[in-house]
Amino acid sequence: MNFSFSGKRIAGVLTVLPANERSFTDDMKDFDFPEEKSLKLKKVMGYDKHRIVTDETCVSDLAVHGFRHLFDRGLVKPDELDALVLVTQSPDYFMPATSNVIQGRLNLKHDMLCMDISQGCAGFIVGLMQAFMMLDQPSINKVALVNADVLSRKVCRKDKNSFPLIGDAACITIVEKTDDRQPIHANLKMDGTHHEVLIIPAGGFRMPSTPETAIVKDVGDNNYRAKDNLTMNGTAVFNFVQVEVPPMIESLLQQAALTVEQVDYFMFHQPNKFMLHKLADRMRVSRDRIPSNIVENFGNASGATIPTNITFNLAQPLLNGTLKLCMAGFGVGLTWASMVMAVGQLGFCEIIDY
Amino acid sequence: MKTVQEVLKGIRPEFDFTTSEDFIADGMLDSFDVITLISELDQNYGISIVGADILPENVRNLEAIEKLLHKYGIEP
Repeated sequence: MNFSFSGKRIAGVLTVLPANERSFTDDMKDFDFPEEKSLKLKKVMGYDKHRIVTDETCVSDLAVHGFRHLFDRGLVKPDELDALVLVTQSPDYFMPATSNVIQGRLNLKHDMLCMDISQGCAGFIVGLMQAFMMLDQPSINKVALVNADVLSRKVCRKDKNSFPLIGDAACITIVEKTDDRQPIHANLKMDGTHHEVLIIPAGGFRMPSTPETAIVKDVGDNNYRAKDNLTMNGTAVFNFVQVEVPPMIESLLQQAALTVEQVDYFMFHQPNKFMLHKLADRMRVSRDRIPSNIVENFGNASGATIPTNITFNLAQPLLNGTLKLCMAGFGVGLTWASMVMAVGQLGFCEIIDY
Repeated sequence: MKTVQEVLKGIRPEFDFTTSEDFIADGMLDSFDVITLISELDQNYGISIVGADILPENVRNLEAIEKLLHKYGIEP
């Protein structure tokens, strides 16, 4: 499905990371895996360190910290925000929506639309699309898009499939109207028949959490996890990404009448370095134009990886100039989505600790 | 340049890869071994095996791996 927008821009991006950093060497001690093999895994996948919350920190804690940073420095005025879109898969509660919780904790105005979206790795693109659609309304001039997750709390430390790569983060992206009518192109596809390849089986209404679902079991391949934990079929996800993403990008660029060379950077979701290098090679894009250093530095925080990729790798060029970025997210759902747009002259583009 | 058997031995030295017709079903390669194998084949032969080719059936046994390499112009 193709989308196009115009008259919208990204005004600033902030990443909030938990200050707690764990190293892969620490993680290895919990794996039922020979040290030599773990070190090979580290090298091939690009695992090194990741930021995860230490206690009962929730999505709203990270988000509120980020908003206060922006408000205190005058980078965003609270009353200018007309909508708050939170994309998360680790909400504070089943109900109410965590976007309402954030709004309340910040005492934001009542004349405001708050919305939670359950999306993961493609959540930045889905969230931007939603924000752009809201901006078509005369009463909405500025939207705060929050991509935040604390999924490390749902990953078993003895699961070498998922624990070394998981990260927690919140990113706040301010999106607003602009007189610049440069087109923004996007596309999106979903395939719910494979919803089980990335799933937290227990804890919802289908399989409520019980003492039984909390028992960590040997699930084969030297991995251990409970039904309360996040489960990823790594092979299925890898194959899905390698098959679906290159044609999606090709189709997007065709829609935008752009060549690969006319894009400055391909800012993709960050599952692991190996997967991103394979995508780069397949798309015949030099690896330096697809940054792949987020997992090794911070971990994979689901929908927050693309904005973190932007704040970590492109802050200076985007504060001082403008770049043509092709962004793509792919994962849970299954969902895969991409967007190409000019991003630049940002009011802020930084990373802070929580 | 290493042979395919030498690459496999480097990943799982405890197994004899000439005796199995299905390394995965026989528990000789797990999912991370497959990723390591592809990475080492890339380096050893100076190629980049595309992601869509990284399938269990393409690394199931010596014949399958050699067929995969042949696709990239390599005669192992």
